[in-house]
Amino acid sequence: MKLLKLVPDNTNIAFLKWRNIAVAISILMIIGSMALVAQRGLNFGVDFVGGQMIRTTFTQTADAPITELREKVGALGYGDPTIQRFGQPNEVSIRMKLPEGADQDPELANTMADQITGMLKADYPDVRIDGVDSVSGKVSEELLSKGVWSLVGAMLAITLYIWIRFEWQFGAGALFALFHDVSLTFGFFALTQLEFNLNIVAALLTIIGYSLNDTIVVYDRIRENLKKYRKMDIIALLDLSVNETLARTVMTSLTMLVALIALIIWGPDVIFGFAAAMFLGVFIGTYSSVYMAAPILIWLKVGPDSFVPPEAAGGQAEKIGGPEEVG
Amino acid sequence: MLDFPRWKVISISLLLAFGVLMSLPSLFFGESHKYWPAFLPDETINLGLDLSGGSHILLEAEPADVAETRLQTMEESVRAEMRRANPRINIGDISRRDGVLSFMVRDSTQVDAARDVLEPLTTGAGLTGQRDWDIEVRDDTRFVVSPTSAGLENAVDNAMDTATDVIRRRIDEMGTREPTIIRQGDTRIVVQVPGLEDPEALKELLGKTAKLEFKLVDFEADPNAIAEGRAPVGSQVFPYPDNPSGLPNIAVKRLGGISGDKLTDAGQGFDPDTNAPVVNITFDTEGGAKFARLTQNNVGRPFAIILDGVVLSAPNINEPILGGSAQISGNFTVEEANQLSIALRSGALPVELQVVEERTVGPDLGADSIRKGMIAAIIGTAAVLAFMVVTYGRFGFYANFALALNLFLILGVMAIFNATLTLPGIAGFILTVGSAVDANVLINERIREERRRGRRVVQAVEVGYKEASRAIFDANITNVIAGLLLFIFGSGPVRGFAVVLIIGIVTSVFTAVVVTRMLVALWLRRTRPQELVI
Repeated sequence: MKLLKLVPDNTNIAFLKWRNIAVAISILMIIGSMALVAQRGLNFGVDFVGGQMIRTTFTQTADAPITELREKVGALGYGDPTIQRFGQPNEVSIRMKLPEGADQDPELANTMADQITGMLKADYPDVRIDGVDSVSGKVSEELLSKGVWSLVGAMLAITLYIWIRFEWQFGAGALFALFHDVSLTFGFFALTQLEFNLNIVAALLTIIGYSLNDTIVVYDRIRENLKKYRKMDIIALLDLSVNETLARTVMTSLTMLVALIALIIWGPDVIFGFAAAMFLGVFIGTYSSVYMAAPILIWLKVGPDSFVPPEAAGGQAEKIGGPEEVG
Repeated sequence: MLDFPRWKVISISLLLAFGVLMSLPSLFFGESHKYWPAFLPDETINLGLDLSGGSHILLEAEPADVAETRLQTMEESVRAEMRRANPRINIGDISRRDGVLSFMVRDSTQVDAARDVLEPLTTGAGLTGQRDWDIEVRDDTRFVVSPTSAGLENAVDNAMDTATDVIRRRIDEMGTREPTIIRQGDTRIVVQVPGLEDPEALKELLGKTAKLEFKLVDFEADPNAIAEGRAPVGSQVFPYPDNPSGLPNIAVKRLGGISGDKLTDAGQGFDPDTNAPVVNITFDTEGGAKFARLTQNNVGRPFAIILDGVVLSAPNINEPILGGSAQISGNFTVEEANQLSIALRSGALPVELQVVEERTVGPDLGADSIRKGMIAAIIGTAAVLAFMVVTYGRFGFYANFALALNLFLILGVMAIFNATLTLPGIAGFILTVGSAVDANVLINERIREERRRGRRVVQAVEVGYKEASRAIFDANITNVIAGLLLFIFGSGPVRGFAVVLIIGIVTSVFTAVVVTRMLVALWLRRTRPQELVI
């Protein structure tokens, strides 16, 4: 049986030749993402800004009458709703800010939800209320700060772990790569205005974990090669390491993408944003492992001595120390 | 590599069999596993509310309310005890400003006596011996009683415990199945009710404090003052929406009323004369005696029935009510009367609770999510499996076998811990499929590499597993770190994702590294191939 080989044997692509251009592009992308977030903002869901979201399905209508809905809900006097399709064209979410004073008197939020669902049921007999999410200002602030802390915490904890397992340069490289991944994902959400909710924080953390997977596989090979080829030029060595792990990188990325495509096409609509973010994250994560995490090692002057001296010195000390103790 | 002792094979196989066995009940949700033999495990995974449909409601109490209620109770006990003291201690200028109670003892010779009365009221029941209140005497005759932080904390804690019990009783009374009611943090209660038809009714019921009071109406008060909300000394004004006189408020005597927390039963009924829905209540012995005394001494006068600070009705006491039961009228519908009787039966909440977060998912959407999640999982898994076999042949097949086992193991471990499967959790499953094979990809690619370098079959496999393990270990640890942070800071469904992710990482390392290694070793030992198709 002839087996599939995605990457031919002895592939040797000079990835690192393009490192300056790649890093320049990456930095531009990071800045661009930040500018996008600053300018367009993120389309925060009720999880993070508070408010109320009502999800409905029009069971007999092919297309949900979004414009009409917007007018009708707006006419109730609670301000303009954010109405979005999710999944099928007959499924919409209606998002409202909580009415003034709702933090003191939750009854106000209930009344608002009742009025909206009442109007929907009266005007559209085929409407089905699929869910109501109502989050107070206080809880949404907590969810936001928890989300931020989990991202920051994960990045720092992982960096620390890599620093301990490898060297500080590798920790710095991983942190930079992660920063790149997270920034670009934020930029993606600012660009597409997909709803940014709790699920997306989960997606971000998964992207962080996945991107790290790639980075560690490359780093592990760099460490191994640094010990093996002590005289090799660092750029050639990094290229060798990336090429040696390339087959694995491609294969794993593809299996991830295959699983994610299934999720995007056939999966539940509620987690579309999550799956889309992950899909993008696979590309960003793979790219950053090669073009962000690796070149930084050159600039931080990682060389053959980064790993060998402490071990070799330690080993020798023991050998020399041994007989003295006996004597 | 070929050296794979029999005891290892047996223990790995047993472990796998156990995991698969534990996963079986969860695969057959619902009725079918009722008919299973008793020796099979019956722990199953819980379905999250986003899959089963239902309501998640987060309630929060304001600690300041507890403090205020506590201060009020303190004032009442101080008044009562000072009056009861022998000789009676006259106090005045009582105030509850700034969270402290202060009053003056009119006769300065009674200061010590007053202190003796006060002492037992302010000592905590706790084992720490810490006081619940501090007593201070200023300017010789002014007492200042201020709550200590320990006392306050304790009070909030007790109030929340009671509130949790009350909530549980109320939900049980509604007849909902399998509600989850948990205290969260210092001042919150999480209520989760699966498959609820009408979440509005639930919220209404939970939001009701159900503090019932009977107080005498102060009919001497000036109606104009009452309308403006001013009350004469010794009285207080309550809103009275259904007041027949047309005023929005009514004045009642501050003292001499009784509270309705001493009930043994409450039920919805109809007024025999008007046929209007009412709530019939039955006092316990102590409450019945108090109520009898109140009605006996005030025949011919009206008393107000006050629920949560709003007057429901103010009937005349036509005759003493001695039987220990009473009827509460108010402008009720049958349903409202029913709800109120549930609330009264389960007791008053010691503190007002507010809904700060609510998430309701309709059962249709939940079922739809499960169906779509399953379809995506099956297609995604099938595609990955095919991909692995096409790429790695026999080794891909081993990896697939390990992956299938891994899915059972995740379910099994989740069932053992009674973990909750949420919608993001299903996504976690699919991602685990994608990433679990990564370990095998790493190993297999390494074996290919070692073969290219000219190593012999057994040696290549050996080195492949050994060299790949390091990266697999490091990569999975970092994933666990991300998963743990998600678990710690995440909430609800996202937590469900973190659970699947963490369990999946642990089980996948076991199946992808240990189990495939065993399979490969057994195969190598049996056939001793000279060539490797990989």
